[in-house]
Amino acid sequence: MENKRTPLYNLHLKLNAEMIEFAGWDMPVHYGSILAETKHTREKVSIFDIFHMGEFLIKENPENSSFDKVTTVPVIKMKEKTCKYGFLLNENGGIIDDLIVYKIKKDEWMIVVNASNEKRDEEIIKKRISKETFFENISEKTMKIDVQGPLSRNIVKKIAGEKINNLKYYTFDEFNFLNGSYIISRTGYTGELGYEIYIDSKKSEEIWNLLLDFADVKPAGLGARDVLRLEMGYPLYGDELTEEITPLDAGLERFIDFEKEFAGKEKLLNHKVNYLLCGFVVNGRKTMRHNSKVFIDEKEVGYVTSGVFSPHLNCGIGMAYVLKKYAKENNEIFLGKEKPEIIGRIVKPPFIKNTSLKN
Amino acid sequence: MNVKQGYFYTKDHEWVKIDAMTGKIGITDYAQHKLGDLTYVELPKIGKIVKQGEVLNGLESVKAASDVYAPLSGRVIKINTQLENEPGLINKSPYDDGWIAEIEIADENEIKNLMTADEYIKFLGESK
Repeated sequence: MENKRTPLYNLHLKLNAEMIEFAGWDMPVHYGSILAETKHTREKVSIFDIFHMGEFLIKENPENSSFDKVTTVPVIKMKEKTCKYGFLLNENGGIIDDLIVYKIKKDEWMIVVNASNEKRDEEIIKKRISKETFFENISEKTMKIDVQGPLSRNIVKKIAGEKINNLKYYTFDEFNFLNGSYIISRTGYTGELGYEIYIDSKKSEEIWNLLLDFADVKPAGLGARDVLRLEMGYPLYGDELTEEITPLDAGLERFIDFEKEFAGKEKLLNHKVNYLLCGFVVNGRKTMRHNSKVFIDEKEVGYVTSGVFSPHLNCGIGMAYVLKKYAKENNEIFLGKEKPEIIGRIVKPPFIKNTSLKN
Repeated sequence: MNVKQGYFYTKDHEWVKIDAMTGKIGITDYAQHKLGDLTYVELPKIGKIVKQGEVLNGLESVKAASDVYAPLSGRVIKINTQLENEPGLINKSPYDDGWIAEIEIADENEIKNLMTADEYIKFLGESK
């Protein structure tokens, strides 16, 4: 089957992007150098084509909500114009997807989901909401561009106006630009100050080029995005999060509202964590990747879910599920494909502190 | 893609520069481009004996880990220790400063299994 293409596909080729397949899409992995793009995002501003992620629109009467039970996010309780991270769980508490809910009005929400899970999420959400609840998959008509980096506010301000100064972390608003009114949220997955623009997909090229015209702005691909999210210890669906994993195993219980009902809650309340998600740093530049093993005293005690060379720490970093009794900060571990090869130590993410995230 | 005349090439995108009975080994411009930014070079030990086509050493880029195969059989006599701290030299200068190891060639008859620069250029064109 042919991979899907984002509305910016031709512009990526013009920018000499190296394209890879990701979740059924042809996506830019880099435009020359993953390391340079990672660095640029931490120092200036990068823009990312995130069209592949899915967006759903939900409308329902909050007095009699079915949507509130669909995910771990308290969609009734949360304030308008705020965003919340959470999970769509199966009945066993396993993670079907991680997502962000945007509360547009008291009776209207947008959900942003991973590209690889879009169709499945749609099926499950539709099954769980009542017949009266309005659901629309708006992914095709919604272009999402992430503008990330310490200088991003200045850039987005020039497009959307001074009102951008009012946006606090994990809030959003509608802004008038390019002859329309569009959502911009102060969110992202890089650990830097950043914004996500949701715009009519017909205006994809126009907004992309407008952003690229600023001297401080460069495009960045999925390669840099992966290094950036890993340096912050953010989980990625498919690596750290799967249907066999609960948010408790991933150490993400702070994103769950146990005061309300949601699918999978009962199992979560009785769940015993066996392996806990940890960060690790390696002594040196060698890196351990997905499916490598974790050892203590020659004994296999866990497995690596992601690993990469961190250009900002100048060493290998990663995330691993480690037997809970060994999952302690500063514990020395060994990593290797089949047997212990290199030494590392367990650390508590984020690996990089004092970024521009909350500036 | 840059291909250097006078070097010999493998289908796995290694090069060897032959000088009497020694051969300097590295990866090609095409290979470094495909791998992307190199982050770690696992240098072979001096004295290591390799056969043609066997793993000489390992490389890691931001994207993935991969192996370098020996273009010729021989014994490793020199390694480029500069790569320990500057693996990016392979990206910047794949045919010169980014060389990986030098071997004492065991069997010069094996050179016939390699490609010349022109043959390698043709090979790159066909494999596209």
